[in-house]
Amino acid sequence: MALAIGACGVSGEEGGGGSRAINWYVFDEPGGAYDKAVADCNKEANGKYQINYIRLPTDANQQRELIVRRLAAEDKDIDLIGMDVIWTAELAEAGWILPWDGERRTVATEGKLEGPLKTVEFKGKIWGLPFTSNTQLLWYRKDRVDPPPDDFTWDEMLDDAIDKGTAIEVQARQYEGLTVWINALIAGAGGQIVNKQGDVEVNDTAKRAAEIESKLGKSPAAPPGMSTNAEDQARQGFESGRSDYEVNYPFVYPSAEAVGGDFQKNMGWARYPRTDKDKPSRPPLGGINLGVSKYGETPDLAFEAAECIANDQHQGDAAELGGLPPTTESVYDTEQVKKAYPFADLLRVSIEAAAPRPVTPAYSDISLAIQKTYSPPDGVDPNGIVRRLRDRTDRAVEGKIF
Amino acid sequence: MEAATTRAPTVTPPKRKVTDRARAERKLAWLLCAPAVIAMLVVTGYPIAYAIYLSLQKYDLRFPDDKEFVGLGNYGDVLTSSTWWTDVLNTVIITVISVSLELVLGMLIVLVMHRAIFGRGPVRAAILIPYGIVTVVAAFAWKYAFDPTSGFVQGLPLISDIAQPLNTREGSFLVIILAEVWKTTPFMALLLLAGLALVPDELHEAAKVDGASTMQRFFRITIPLMRPAILVALLFRTLDAFRIFDNIYIIQPGGALNTESVSILGYNVTINRVNVGLGSAVSILIFICVILIAVFFVKALGTSTAQQRGET
Repeated sequence: MALAIGACGVSGEEGGGGSRAINWYVFDEPGGAYDKAVADCNKEANGKYQINYIRLPTDANQQRELIVRRLAAEDKDIDLIGMDVIWTAELAEAGWILPWDGERRTVATEGKLEGPLKTVEFKGKIWGLPFTSNTQLLWYRKDRVDPPPDDFTWDEMLDDAIDKGTAIEVQARQYEGLTVWINALIAGAGGQIVNKQGDVEVNDTAKRAAEIESKLGKSPAAPPGMSTNAEDQARQGFESGRSDYEVNYPFVYPSAEAVGGDFQKNMGWARYPRTDKDKPSRPPLGGINLGVSKYGETPDLAFEAAECIANDQHQGDAAELGGLPPTTESVYDTEQVKKAYPFADLLRVSIEAAAPRPVTPAYSDISLAIQKTYSPPDGVDPNGIVRRLRDRTDRAVEGKIF
Repeated sequence: MEAATTRAPTVTPPKRKVTDRARAERKLAWLLCAPAVIAMLVVTGYPIAYAIYLSLQKYDLRFPDDKEFVGLGNYGDVLTSSTWWTDVLNTVIITVISVSLELVLGMLIVLVMHRAIFGRGPVRAAILIPYGIVTVVAAFAWKYAFDPTSGFVQGLPLISDIAQPLNTREGSFLVIILAEVWKTTPFMALLLLAGLALVPDELHEAAKVDGASTMQRFFRITIPLMRPAILVALLFRTLDAFRIFDNIYIIQPGGALNTESVSILGYNVTINRVNVGLGSAVSILIFICVILIAVFFVKALGTSTAQQRGET
């Protein structure tokens, strides 16, 4: 309600020549955390600026398509962007967002966790303010399987699941979630898809990832609909009781409360499983960074609004109301976050150890290439996959059909 | 063409007299249809020309500085990639199977509609309902029906518990084709009904007197006389089916599990990768395919009408 009234006030002012409206394009956060941040900041700004919360589609691909199309057309309507962590290089290289220089750089980086910080860095500059982070944990049924040891691997988990006649929930639909999984498996084997210089570099770790994927895909531990399951189907599968293991984001924990009975109590958590026994796992890294559009009319105000939106209090709210982990280290020690996440410490460790997805302007092309190469899970042939992936990613980077 | 004939009298001595009044009327006719012609040029001619222009450029919206003229380079890239040919094959599979099924089913429906003695109106209306449903909505209905966890198909008798059509390429094709057939058979039927109405009853009666069986009458009288209508129906549906997008986009998002059609490819390249140069080349190639299909059917239609005229 407050938001609607606020929005009316702004359009009235706009008519008078003032352009203090800051349009924030970001995904629709259902928990109300973003609504609260916007309302708080508008109150605090006391008329200096007025943030309008403009909701993007829930699908990550559609969000990106909308933002990219509008920025390419130099849309003045966008001031502030809730950027998925994987967009930074693409938007920065195209010159659509402004860097956080000088004092702003300090504001954007101070006290932030290492993982989220890596996602806003491109060519030595900082292109966004890390707001919320995200990572995946291994969820398991305490009443059915043993607590996984620290060096638990995918292979061990798979053997155990086959032994017990249960399944493992993953995200293997041909979409961004598949890239998330494969990237984590490759990074867990010590590999990467794009090196520090930003060039594609595929090696045998890509084969290792395919081995784990196809082993699960072909095994009896593959859940029904595996090749079309995304985060939510995995959550439902785990909640239905058909699986004792699940890798997924922390949103599954509050959701488990609705299942009833002892379900949530029996839900255990552990660090993301290892690819290789002797190497620590590299969990996936997600989240939202705040970027300032080059085409907005009042970028200075947009920077200011971004600082307010991403302050410690609002990060805590996002964790409590939206299940979105903070990016500022100290926020993990607040009562609010500790209460929201009994596993807050594990989350922080996972985010610190996480492997960001490739930081390159051609990210979305490379991701599509990975998705095509690794789908469907039961049809992937680890032999020759390195060559196929290299071939596709090369074509993707060169802007060719693949 | 007509413009040339209007101008003709002023250039060469008129062979037959065009009265002032006729000339004024022609001028008025041109003035009256000019807005429509201009609108058509603006909304179809310009985009097509612009797409051709873009298809000759290396042009990615994210790297506007790298824009350069590459001639037919984009076309070479598309035509030498295995992805394009796989997608053409996928599209042809979907088109051929769904249009054939639609033709057979459409014909059966038409015969029922034509011979329906009571409730003609309700029968026709009922058959047309699927065509009135938005494609995306219909696609969602089919997707949910076949969903391995929540769909009802899995629970039907005679369906194996482990069959999960949406988890395999072949199964996905099956669902996509079913959705396509279910949705557009009524359209096929509508076009065929118009053709069937043209077959005179007297011919059937005469053939009956001569002792022709029902089958003989259907294949020797109904089908040949309906041939132009059948070809027009096939033309429309083939053109439509070749550009299939919505059903695949919903049932296997992004053309997953290798169900990508040429239109999905064009979308992925143009909208997702914002590589408008390469994407335009894909679009132009689809356009050329569509023209080839149209030319084929129009040629076939031409010979069939010519034959008919010769025979009668």
